[in-house]
Amino acid sequence: MDGEELTEQETALYDRQIRVWGVDAQRRLSKSHVLVSGLNGTAVEFCKNIILAGVGSLTLNDDRLVSDELLSANFLVDQNISSEKPLAELCCDSLKDFNPMVRVLVQKGDLSSFGVDFFEKFDAVVVSCCSLKAKKLINEKCRKSSKRVAFYAVDCRDSCGEIFVDLQDYIYSKKKVDEMEECRLQYPSFEEAIAVPWKSLPRRLSKLYFAMRVIEIFESQNGRNPGQTSAADLPVVLNLRKELCETQSLSESQVPDTLVERLLAGTREFPPVCAIIGGILGQEVIKAISGKGDPLKNFFYFDAMDGKGVIEDLSPENK
Amino acid sequence: MVTDEQLSAIKGAKVLMVGAGGIGCELLKTLALSGFQDIHIIDMDTIEVSNLNRQFLFRQSHVGQSKAKVARDAILKVRPNINITPYHANVKDPDFNVDFFKEFSVVLNGLDNLDARRHVNRLCLAAGVPLVESGTTGFLGQVTVHVKGKTECYECQPKPAPKTYPVCTITSTPSKFVHCIVWAKDLLFAKLFGDKNQENDLNVRSTDSSGSSEHVEDVFEWKKDEDIEAYGKRVYDHVFGYNIEVALSNEDSWKNRNKPRPIYIKDVALTEVTQQNGDPDKTSVSGDPLSVSAMTILGLKNPQDVWGLAENSKVFLEALKLFFLKRAKEIGNLSFDKDDQLAVEFVTAAANIRAASFGIPLHSLFEAKGIAGNIVHAVATTNAIIAGLIVIEAIKVLQNNEKNYRMTYCLEHPARKMLLMPVEPFEPNKSCYVCSETPLWLEINTKRSKLRDLVEKIVKAKLGMNLPLIMHGSALLYEVGDDLEEDMVANYTANLEKVLAELPSPVTGGTILTVEDLQQELTCNINIKHREEFDEEKEPDGMVLSGWTQPVVSKNGDMSKENGASTSNTSQAVSVEAEEDDDIEMLPAVGAPAGKKRKLSEDSNFAGSDLPSVVDDSEAIAMLDENGERKKKRVQ
Repeated sequence: MDGEELTEQETALYDRQIRVWGVDAQRRLSKSHVLVSGLNGTAVEFCKNIILAGVGSLTLNDDRLVSDELLSANFLVDQNISSEKPLAELCCDSLKDFNPMVRVLVQKGDLSSFGVDFFEKFDAVVVSCCSLKAKKLINEKCRKSSKRVAFYAVDCRDSCGEIFVDLQDYIYSKKKVDEMEECRLQYPSFEEAIAVPWKSLPRRLSKLYFAMRVIEIFESQNGRNPGQTSAADLPVVLNLRKELCETQSLSESQVPDTLVERLLAGTREFPPVCAIIGGILGQEVIKAISGKGDPLKNFFYFDAMDGKGVIEDLSPENK
Repeated sequence: MVTDEQLSAIKGAKVLMVGAGGIGCELLKTLALSGFQDIHIIDMDTIEVSNLNRQFLFRQSHVGQSKAKVARDAILKVRPNINITPYHANVKDPDFNVDFFKEFSVVLNGLDNLDARRHVNRLCLAAGVPLVESGTTGFLGQVTVHVKGKTECYECQPKPAPKTYPVCTITSTPSKFVHCIVWAKDLLFAKLFGDKNQENDLNVRSTDSSGSSEHVEDVFEWKKDEDIEAYGKRVYDHVFGYNIEVALSNEDSWKNRNKPRPIYIKDVALTEVTQQNGDPDKTSVSGDPLSVSAMTILGLKNPQDVWGLAENSKVFLEALKLFFLKRAKEIGNLSFDKDDQLAVEFVTAAANIRAASFGIPLHSLFEAKGIAGNIVHAVATTNAIIAGLIVIEAIKVLQNNEKNYRMTYCLEHPARKMLLMPVEPFEPNKSCYVCSETPLWLEINTKRSKLRDLVEKIVKAKLGMNLPLIMHGSALLYEVGDDLEEDMVANYTANLEKVLAELPSPVTGGTILTVEDLQQELTCNINIKHREEFDEEKEPDGMVLSGWTQPVVSKNGDMSKENGASTSNTSQAVSVEAEEDDDIEMLPAVGAPAGKKRKLSEDSNFAGSDLPSVVDDSEAIAMLDENGERKKKRVQ
């Protein structure tokens, strides 16, 4: 398709997955560039998946210094390590070995201070444990790029996970019986999606959606880092929930106390959920880059308590 | 985040992982991160290049080494304070007996074949240890929980059986490319390079024509002073030309079918493809005999290309020549191996020439290899997700959190908005011969069938026993084991050749046999019913077992449902068996027996048996659409 053939080495290594998504998809993957920011357990799982899949390059961004807590769900680095290197560099050293055909790089600095021209270099940008403000900002910069940059935001709290996807105007082909059919999906930005009035949302929408939004707003109002919460915050957060539910005309029962409490208290990552969310996210990025398969639109939720992995569509026109 | 109770259950658990492949690597990592301290891993396999795209604990430099051991070392580098015990061994080894299994709090399967899964299921039942079972193909996967007396066992429901084809479809009337592959691999390749003494239906048709039998005997022999090129052309003309002519002479076969076209080497324009840019001196990439390649010599580079008839004919002749010239020592002992480049080339070419003859579309080497090697599609992401789900269930099992056990399906397309769909587990099937004590019935001609037939076709093939013992009342008829006296062994060997009714303790209609596997600690009773005649086509075993869950045989993508029936609908001879050494993660089929509903964990309008049924089948799989209805989906 793109005129270039896979090398013998690539064909041998990727044999089993070429049988899943085909040579064209593999070729597109090997020419793609992915950026990941915020290397918690879920993001590390994602990095592993996308490197194994054989993207062209993966750029890591996380300047934090390692700590016991930070490495609890990280299988790349010995939890007992003491190092002056930032997390991204330590992860990079390990990830490089996973697939010699993928370039793994480190980008230092605060992503939200970077311009559109920086994001333009990538086909997909993934942000993990990112503040509300930064999510909106980075999402907007991806949207302003001259070519389409897929944007993903992922958050895990307690044994729950959330993925947000923005593929902007996305066209892909889908096999219907024996012929290929062209499909088109219009995605809202993160800002547009969360602006959809709660009242107009379907009644059976995952309660996680509301709980995540309430905590996100709490963190941004109180200058907390994402995930920097505890059970002690519950009274304040429940007040905030009351306010938000009143403004949005939503019954407070849609945002149960027990759920809010779980999400606030569960700050230590749960590795099985990291694997599941990192797996779904990996699959989605592979779909978007290869243009094969139905991508999810536009939120995904998993809760280990009930075991469901649910797709929710929150778009302004989707009333 | 885990609670303190969960954490203490995790820390105190001793876990057995069976399989360190696609699911196993992910599972070991997630167990270690989740705080498990004592993990044992059994895997008999060594690492291959095609594993590296998803078995992330392994590197190029590990190729050829034990998966269990390398996986352990890789995890200890990042979590040095946990105990991981690897066993580079087959889980069916007698060392892994019931006492061994009893030591574990839970057993987690990441296996690649039905046989081993059944074996582990029995040991878990006998040892009273909970089992979390799993499987993936491509984007699909599932996790199930099996706790004795609480949920169904792995064998309570029928499992997909290897796909099989009627002999005559393969030998005479192929209609799909896979039929040509089976012919090329199981008949032609086996005839030319395999054990000469094995029965082979390659010439089944030509025996009809009188006087040609002598010709048939000779044709596959390479005569002493015969030129190798001439020999190849002779074989070519015989199998693609002469045999087709013979088949055509049987006019009845072609009344409702398109007639095949005999192909002779003289009719194929071979000159077109001679030595384009190939290097005749370069027969293999390395010195490794497994990389000797006809393609390389002929300058054919891309395994994704579909070759025409002329190219296939060249590859056929070249590959045949290379086998006789470069790998002469192996001839007579070869069996098809998907990692044997020359074998794959030969089978691809032969299947394509046959396909051309029958008007079937030709395929690339890459595609042919997938079909011939029964290679299952595999990606890292699905394995990671499934491993996460296994650990979630394992933690519930450790806490005896029965009411929250779930089996979970990982879907490619959402069903009722779900990509991960939890379902409440089933109760044990009361008529399961494995986990309940339901007797079986066997119709057999006790005056003609030998004990050997019973052992091979029923006890081993159908009941999946590894080290069986057969008793009639208190009389031992047959037993396997290392510690047997010589005279007993002689006795049993003699019994094997005896007709049932003539055994020292005669087996006739009304006899109840007790069949036991001491390693699996499984016992079942078989009621014998004498029957004179069996239909050769429909009942090729010459015996019919009932009260046993018949594997589901999938045909053209339709899931045939289990009907508690007999062996009678497995009219087959040639089967596409999974390669044992590959990472085939087979999925158990989910078909609820009549009258029993599978409940979703929440209120739903889901019809009981309309759950996703996932079969290990590269052609078509039954999946759910948005409304929960089963529909066929074609997979590329």
